[in-house]
Amino acid sequence: MSLERFINQQTSSWMSGGGPYSDVVLSTRVRLARNFSDVCFPTVFQFDDAKQIVEQINTATSKKLSLELLKMEDLSPLQKRVLVEKHLISPLLAESSLYGAALISEQEDISIMVNEEDHLRIQCLSSGLQLQETLNEANRIDDMIEESVQYAFDEKRGYLTACPTNVGTGLRASVMIHLPGLVLTRQMNRIIPAISQLGLVVRGIYGEGSEALGNIFQISNQLTLGKSEADIINDLGSVVHELMMREQSARDALVKTSHIQLEDRIFRSFGVLSNCRMVETNEAFQCLSDVRLGIDLGYIQHISKSILNELMILMQPGFLQQYAGGPLRAEERDVRRAALIRERLTMKETN
Amino acid sequence: MICQECHERPAALHFTKIVNGEKTEVYFCEKCAHEKGEYLFGGHPAFSLNNLLSGLFSSEPLFSSNAASHGEDEHCEKCHMTFQKFLQTGKFGCAHCYTAFDSKLTPILKRLHGGNTRHQGKIPKRMGGALHLQKELHLLREQLNEMIANEHFEKAADVRDQIREVEHKLSGEGGGA
Ligand SMILES: [Zn+2]
Ligand SMILES: [Zn+2]
Repeated sequence: MSLERFINQQTSSWMSGGGPYSDVVLSTRVRLARNFSDVCFPTVFQFDDAKQIVEQINTATSKKLSLELLKMEDLSPLQKRVLVEKHLISPLLAESSLYGAALISEQEDISIMVNEEDHLRIQCLSSGLQLQETLNEANRIDDMIEESVQYAFDEKRGYLTACPTNVGTGLRASVMIHLPGLVLTRQMNRIIPAISQLGLVVRGIYGEGSEALGNIFQISNQLTLGKSEADIINDLGSVVHELMMREQSARDALVKTSHIQLEDRIFRSFGVLSNCRMVETNEAFQCLSDVRLGIDLGYIQHISKSILNELMILMQPGFLQQYAGGPLRAEERDVRRAALIRERLTMKETN
Repeated sequence: MICQECHERPAALHFTKIVNGEKTEVYFCEKCAHEKGEYLFGGHPAFSLNNLLSGLFSSEPLFSSNAASHGEDEHCEKCHMTFQKFLQTGKFGCAHCYTAFDSKLTPILKRLHGGNTRHQGKIPKRMGGALHLQKELHLLREQLNEMIANEHFEKAADVRDQIREVEHKLSGEGGGA
């Protein structure tokens, strides 16, 4: 139980690639925003308030949950970056929080961010599509904290948050989903605006703007006020199911109409990843997406499905530098990234 | 200008980062900007959302003119946040801000939450004794109306009994709270 473990432990339980519908859905995340009733929000609060929040939440959780307290001030920039890349903390907490901290479970499936935009951000992660289960887990932790903490809550507006975009339930549920079929058949450009109409947000979580690296999208609820938690996750879940169905038909259609082109594309990408000596993030993501599709469709065997889930975390700049033991220039990172991917591919092949 | 990440290539892109209303300018070369893209802009809405929010609020002439005419004196007495500052940052200073700016908040919440302004979700157990009962009462009354509309009068009588029971509990709670 130490900081080193969270930094060096390569994969979290939710990255394992199991879980329901894991051929399309990579992971599920639920986040609850909560604030203490009698302390100003982190927007304006003072150092003493911030410190008191950390102490109180640490006491409130220590009896029933075994969580490790990591204070941002004790971490190096690189260590913080690794935690960001593992989705355990946010860039905001890492870079500009006052007495920011995180309480993280051993499995890395629970992370309570303290003194981020709100006093508490209770975050639970699961592999595959597990909206209800993940919400239950977050609620369990929320109830436990509530036994000793008076939350800022208003009958009319619900849980009060620093930003009014989160007020009400304080709930942000999101699903990370791999949609190569819909991207290859050029359907995403039509689907994204349609989903936005339903009060949900779709974005590529890697890469900028509308271009999603590795064909990985994150879908989450936008509205937090005026709907119950159950309705929020049901609405999100039904859109995810619809997307999974469409992705499946797109894959079926591709196999039927362009079988040889698809197989060619997948094995070319496999060839690049197995042999490259330098690879940039963009290319690595694209090839990993192809290889993962190849595994899902049965073209590629003897390689674990979790390769995409794990490598998309491990091949990021922070991780690469952590393993190298110090800062790397972009070119050096490309070399390390290539080596990491080759190693990971051969590791599974000999298994 | 040299890239702040690799300190090698000339900076080709510049970003404005806004955190808690503080602006920071950062400069990257194209390669590093791409590498850093996920770290800076993925995962957290602070960068895009704040801009979106300020745009959302200030595009509403009603708010800006209102806020301007009232000047600085409109503020939360607990944390001294002004409404003007809130419009700039998109963030409140404390829980009391929601009460202090209540009248101006309703139209903003409507825009952010698809027309909704009232919480329908979870209620903290600790504070919510009476609230839970009120919610139950509300649901029972809805059931009752439905049953009467569908002429299920026997079931309706049962529900009416339940309503009386909850009302009784609620009067006890109300005295205590
Ligand atoms: Zn650079
Ligand atoms: Zn205030």
